Amino acid sequence: MKRRSLLLGATLASMLLSTSAFAATTLSMWYHGAGSDVEGKLINQVIDDFNASQSDWKVELQSFPQAVYNDSVTAAALAGNLPDILDVDGPNMPNWAWAGYMQPLKIDESKIANFLPGTKGVWNGQLYSIGLWDAAISLVTRKSYLDELGLRVPTLDQPWTAAEFADALAKAKASGKFKYALDLGTAWTGEWYPYAFSPFLQSFGGDIVDRSTYKTAEGALNGEAGIAWGKWWQSLFTDGYAQATQDPADRDNGFNTGAYAFSWNGNWAALGTLKAFEDTLFLPAPDFGNGPKIGAASWQFGVSAKSAHPEGAAAFIEFALQDKYLAAFSNGIGLIPATPSAADLVDNYKPGGPLHVFFDYSNKTGLVRPVTPGYVVQAKVFEKAAADIAQGADVEETLDAAVDEINADIEKNSGYGH
Amino acid sequence: MSAQVSSNASTSRAPDNHGLRLAVRYLVLVLIAIIFIFPLIFMIMSSLKPDGQLLSDTRSLAAFLPVGDISFDNYVDAFKRAPVLLFVTNSVIVTGVTVVLSLVVCSIAGFAFVFIDWRGRELMLTLLLATLIVPFETIAIPLLLIASKLPWIGAEGLTFGWLNSYQVQIVPFVVDGLTVYLFIQYFKDLPGELIEAARVEGATWWQVYRRIVMPLAGPVVATAAILKFLAMYNQYLWPLMVVQEETYRPVMVGLQYFFQLNRAWGEIMAYLSLITVPVLAFYLVLQRAFIASIASTGVKG
Repeated sequence: MKRRSLLLGATLASMLLSTSAFAATTLSMWYHGAGSDVEGKLINQVIDDFNASQSDWKVELQSFPQAVYNDSVTAAALAGNLPDILDVDGPNMPNWAWAGYMQPLKIDESKIANFLPGTKGVWNGQLYSIGLWDAAISLVTRKSYLDELGLRVPTLDQPWTAAEFADALAKAKASGKFKYALDLGTAWTGEWYPYAFSPFLQSFGGDIVDRSTYKTAEGALNGEAGIAWGKWWQSLFTDGYAQATQDPADRDNGFNTGAYAFSWNGNWAALGTLKAFEDTLFLPAPDFGNGPKIGAASWQFGVSAKSAHPEGAAAFIEFALQDKYLAAFSNGIGLIPATPSAADLVDNYKPGGPLHVFFDYSNKTGLVRPVTPGYVVQAKVFEKAAADIAQGADVEETLDAAVDEINADIEKNSGYGH
Repeated sequence: MSAQVSSNASTSRAPDNHGLRLAVRYLVLVLIAIIFIFPLIFMIMSSLKPDGQLLSDTRSLAAFLPVGDISFDNYVDAFKRAPVLLFVTNSVIVTGVTVVLSLVVCSIAGFAFVFIDWRGRELMLTLLLATLIVPFETIAIPLLLIASKLPWIGAEGLTFGWLNSYQVQIVPFVVDGLTVYLFIQYFKDLPGELIEAARVEGATWWQVYRRIVMPLAGPVVATAAILKFLAMYNQYLWPLMVVQEETYRPVMVGLQYFFQLNRAWGEIMAYLSLITVPVLAFYLVLQRAFIASIASTGVKG
């Protein structure tokens, strides 16, 4: 009897031991890609591979539509319900780190040494997030348009100057061939404005906020360079080159149907344009005095502050940084792979590929948006100011008011920890 | 004589005037009907067209006609992009249960406010009416904090936190000031003699409520149900805050699946057409009940 119970005990103990050896700890992960079939398949592939590659961790995915993602994270943070791993839009990361939603990301940083600068989410000297891809903007046009208008093809080494860009717009308008010379995408609201239009301001020498201290926007947004940008920006609309109010249908379809000579658009729309016109050119941003600039940083992965298993979350993120996944995402959703070696694996982005220029633009002209928790407010203030100026508001007054609003917010939040 | 002539003239002109007035009235009604129906026609027609054509058609009347490249491809793609049936089922469950519970609880509350004399009634009524001026957004965050810690007994035993469930989308909306107020206003207009007579005959309050008051409450039930249905079916902010799992997501949050960087307008229209079906069905069913209840009620004026 005693022996039998001993045997039973030993069997039970060995069962328990073996199950505990195989019981992987579950890590929850949130991702913003619900509704995108391709993106869903890609992220699930990474997760399946990771789960199969080891037995300590099991990542479980919850996808959100992009439009509700940020609000869902904020609400979940309030309710104490954040997952282990989350993805974050680059410019929002400092805010989430400052608000205590995220913790520093502990991965082997030698693995990201050759990543595009815009993919690294660094705040307060620490890495919080890392992206598998970046996005970039270019001035889209056709070779045939440039030839007809008698314009040279600008390059990264020799981008158009402000005068050349003005000349290009004037010639496009004078040709009478287009509804408008330039499609800026004013139909897209929200983050598009600071992402797409603040680099013009930075090329003029201004900025949304003074990056040396992050404690004021005075002089950066409403200084000489800021005012010069504002006047130029307004002239695009008063001279009839672009629409301050644009029909979304024009944004989606206008350039591809010949309504515009130039379009300021992202690499995600590039393949559709190439399909419409074989001679499509993706030109670098014009140089308004301080070099050509475009916005950098897209969605990145990080670890939530609440995670009880940051080492597991970091292990997953490190696993996802393999070139094959970077390439798979790029092939699937058209974004720029984060490393040159991954770009080599992607037909569109490898040297000589139709979209390779975007890799160079991101690498050489990409500028991250102000790295401060206050950016989320500053982005909205900038959007409103840019829209108001486009609609004809007084440049200096509008920029002064925007500076006041940004400074009041910084003060209200005690400098956001800067 | 001249008076007679003018009177003849006016009587002979009268039918013309009447006809003209009728024609004008119909014209106005038709115009209003068109204004209301055109967005629906636009939605359904657009759901049958590929994106390029849909966008270019918006510049002409073709937007309202089934012309060009017509197919159900957008519907097929919409089902591929998002679990449409799951979202509709979730919304129908949440909306249906809330409407039924709300009608029961709010009508009983309204009954108690109107017919039963109890201490603190006036104060409670004032507090209830005061909630009408508080927008939901102002209480959303405290409500979230409460809901995230509430206990629940379910299949898994006692658990804490209501996030990611049906009950978190239902319970906070069962009682609302407006619905109770609608019942109060309607019950106040019922003839007091009916209730007094029933009480004299020995009916309990419950019997008065079930047998006398509620059978007469058809119109207010229909009105309250329609208002509640629309409010619940259109829920967006609250489910966004409390539901992180796709399993419990309702239709309006699901709509965001279609707003990617390159918007699929055709699929958006197909999805909207699909999620409008339960709303129209509910409205048509209730409209019948609404008319029937008015026709059969013994209380008029």
